[in-house]
Amino acid sequence: MNRRQWIGSGVAAAALLVVAGAYRFRALSESDRDILAAIGPVMLAGSLPQGDDAMRAFVEGFDKAVAGLTPSVQAEIAQLFTILRVPPLRMLATGVMRPWHLADGEEIARFLNRWRYSNIIQLRSAYDALHQLSHGAWYGNPRSWPQTGYPGPPKLS
Amino acid sequence: MNIYDASHFDSDKTFDVDVAIVGTGAGGGTSAEILSHAGLRVLMVEEGPYWTAADFKMLESRSYPNLYQESAARKTKDKGINILQGRAVGGSTTVNWTSSFRTPSATLAYWRDRFALQDFTDEHLAPWFAKMEKRLSIMPWAEPPNANNDVLRRGAAALNIPAAVIPRNVKGCWNLGYCGMGCPKNAKQSMLVTTIPSALERGATLLSRTRAQRLVADTNGRVVSLECVAMDSQGIRATAHRITIRARHFVLAGGAIGSPGLLLRSDLPDPYRLVGKRTFLHPTVISAATMPEVVDPFSGAPQSIYSDHFLYVDPIDGPIGYKLEVPPLHPVLTSTTMTGYGLQSARAMENLRYTSAIIALLRDGFHEQSSGGTVELKNDGTPVLDYPITEYVWDGARRALQTMAQIQFAAGAKSVLPLHENATPYTSLEAARAAIAGFPMEVLRTRVASAHVMGGCGMGSAPKTSVIDGDGSHHHVENLSVFDGSMFPTSIGANPQLSIYGIVARNATLLSQRLA
Repeated sequence: MNRRQWIGSGVAAAALLVVAGAYRFRALSESDRDILAAIGPVMLAGSLPQGDDAMRAFVEGFDKAVAGLTPSVQAEIAQLFTILRVPPLRMLATGVMRPWHLADGEEIARFLNRWRYSNIIQLRSAYDALHQLSHGAWYGNPRSWPQTGYPGPPKLS
Repeated sequence: MNIYDASHFDSDKTFDVDVAIVGTGAGGGTSAEILSHAGLRVLMVEEGPYWTAADFKMLESRSYPNLYQESAARKTKDKGINILQGRAVGGSTTVNWTSSFRTPSATLAYWRDRFALQDFTDEHLAPWFAKMEKRLSIMPWAEPPNANNDVLRRGAAALNIPAAVIPRNVKGCWNLGYCGMGCPKNAKQSMLVTTIPSALERGATLLSRTRAQRLVADTNGRVVSLECVAMDSQGIRATAHRITIRARHFVLAGGAIGSPGLLLRSDLPDPYRLVGKRTFLHPTVISAATMPEVVDPFSGAPQSIYSDHFLYVDPIDGPIGYKLEVPPLHPVLTSTTMTGYGLQSARAMENLRYTSAIIALLRDGFHEQSSGGTVELKNDGTPVLDYPITEYVWDGARRALQTMAQIQFAAGAKSVLPLHENATPYTSLEAARAAIAGFPMEVLRTRVASAHVMGGCGMGSAPKTSVIDGDGSHHHVENLSVFDGSMFPTSIGANPQLSIYGIVARNATLLSQRLA
């Protein structure tokens, strides 16, 4: 399956998702989801297809991943999103000057690199949390597998 | 029926038994079988869920949140090391990769020398290891290694580095490659399908989704009860229901973070402040390689080839040594462990079928600059391991990255990616060597993981330097034993499950004679 067909099949899956009904978020607030909608396409550039359905799958997967953490770690993730959400904190910590929905990919990539290579261990760990949760959310979803060649679990008779 | 899922409880409960066992992994399962077969009334407490083969769907998205501590994302205090530890009936044995090694002779010699554990000789322990090898069908893997493990075999052979076949605890294995998600065929001889059913047949009781909170002692210093809480159906938060377990004897087998954590929450004597100290991890570094041939590293027995060569280049208390093994690579584990994001990570994942990896497990705990970490309690009472990585350990990590790159190129790798944030795939050994030599070795730059948590309630003859004696009995509390990986005074230098099975089989047998 080439990339275009693959994106196409994603659109069909999205229609199914809409029919299946609304997912109830357990960990992420609406503003957290908006932040992820900006960061996700950069963190997962080249793997997360464009379009609402893939984004929905990614954000829901992220929510499930956070909801599976202990209450104390969930509280730390909530603090991380507070830093990303509150404008002065966001500007200071990430260097992203515009609101997330206006920030472009380059600006967000600069922020990710800033945290990834930071000399401040807490920023590196915050990057690592975003990295681990984003990749876990997307690659736990069978929709990510065709691009990797992973065939999924073997069928057992 | 003597199996209870506490998340379904609608009131507080009390149980009265001879022996209460906290945890159902390698130590708890082995103890439960031996003690129940000695005629004692046994109760097992497990925080995780009771899942069986029918629940194991070979999906990372299901297995990690349900069968692992903290969704397989447990971290050390500074978040520098990711810890894979089971949380389910069967503990880590339900999700481990089946590698089964006896405790190395050099490790036992160190324990005799430094901790006065005179009984811990190869000869004395051999019958206990043999008994558990027979019980759990442990033998060297007879099938050819999968292509992922074959990279280690071929590369080591090309360099004249000795490598050998791993003994596994499997019976009728389908060679699927999904041991880490729970065996769907009941082929893995984990505690879930061996000792625990056997204990239940002897009338033992099993409480799942039950978190042990605190041991309560009387004025004579004997433990009289264990206070527990029922967890919710996701295992995330406690419900309102309390469970009290009264017993003659208490066995801690909640793993080397859980057991010290429970002791720290309990008001029991610890005059030398040793509980939680000297907790070891086998800090593990990783090297990924792109091979010219299809590897399909998610398929086939996950671990079948190892090399101990680099454990014995130097004396055990010299520069840190490391054991070489291979990890299975499924999409979530791979994408979250690989370094980089965006196109870098997308390209790596597009290469998954051609990717092979080697891991180096550093043997910590045998040198004054490797005293391990410390288990502490967070504000909410849950345990966390503070594990600083010293220069001594980083030196071994750097050497291990060099070794793994060399082996991968010797096996024909097109490129090698040492898992470090500064790394890119290197197409020659010279380039990899030069890059690795210059890496800043720090946490959250170098990827470090662990699947082996050991120590924290270490055994020894002297109460000044150990929490328990060689029989697993607490030095200061008469009716309390520690029968899990937390008993080890150093790391093992090998995957620890068989060390736990064998030593616990011995110590639980001694206890059963004492209690009979």
